[in-house]
Amino acid sequence: MTAQEIYDNLKAKFGDAVGEAKLDALQPWIAISETRTREICQFLRDEPTFAFDYLSCLSGMDYPDGKLGVVYHLFSMTHRHKIVLRTMCTREHPHIQSVSAVWGTANWHEREAYDMFGIVFDEHPDLRRILCGDDYPGYPLRKDFKVPEFYNGMKVPY
Amino acid sequence: MGILNYKFESGNILITSLDGLLNWARLSSLWQMQFGLACCAIEMMAASASNFDIMRFGVIPRATPRQCDVMIVSGTVTLKMATRIKRLFDQMPEPRYVISMGSCSNCGGPYWEHGYHVLKGVDRVIPVDVYVPGCPPRPEALLEGIIKLQEKVRKESLAKKTVPTA
Repeated sequence: MTAQEIYDNLKAKFGDAVGEAKLDALQPWIAISETRTREICQFLRDEPTFAFDYLSCLSGMDYPDGKLGVVYHLFSMTHRHKIVLRTMCTREHPHIQSVSAVWGTANWHEREAYDMFGIVFDEHPDLRRILCGDDYPGYPLRKDFKVPEFYNGMKVPY
Repeated sequence: MGILNYKFESGNILITSLDGLLNWARLSSLWQMQFGLACCAIEMMAASASNFDIMRFGVIPRATPRQCDVMIVSGTVTLKMATRIKRLFDQMPEPRYVISMGSCSNCGGPYWEHGYHVLKGVDRVIPVDVYVPGCPPRPEALLEGIIKLQEKVRKESLAKKTVPTA
């Protein structure tokens, strides 16, 4: 199924929750609402014409305009087609609905995005830091992150 | 002549200094605390394998700090791991030694500038006796580090022994 058909189907079913899209890109992407990601992803996985049974990657983003976001790379083992979904949220309210109930892979990926960008995934079963220590100050991959001078009494900068 | 100062021809009587005997015993059985943290650990394993055979120096890997004399910190020390290293070092019985293997544990290595999670040198939490440079160092370099440590142990004296403070 082409990206255009996927977009048309999603637009028809979810309306406003599906935003802008760029379908002639090397990896065509569709923007979706951050409060309905789970519903949309569930539909993409379960509907036999899509059958996106594999979440290749889930990445956190910090965009130049100050917004945070998450990018989902989906792939269908059955139909051999793929699509990219994008969601955005603000720095002040960094909440995005979790998709870990749809793909188990998303559980740890979302924990990583939370660890590095401070994006809170609502309805996640176990949202803890996955790489940094539990008491690490701040979110290191945010563009405005400053390396702390000390961490647990250890000097951090060179 | 080794550690012997004098050997009587008849009977098992040797004369040596207490320092010489203790140091010889220590440097000949430097049991090693396994601390493989990153790619340097691969080289450390290669040094233990048959081609380089680190065991001919009396270096035997142990899995618990309580049986160890030397901790070979081989790899990137993250901030999360640094507190564990400190605790394991404190659990080692004295005399204890530390070999810092590779650029990462020497000074932060490639993570020196943007490594928000990396300790810029393991000597910020524990005292280091020998630094082995390289990224990663070849097994020969680690062997050289062991020999350097043995030289250091050989020169020690009970009377002058200072306790390292972290």
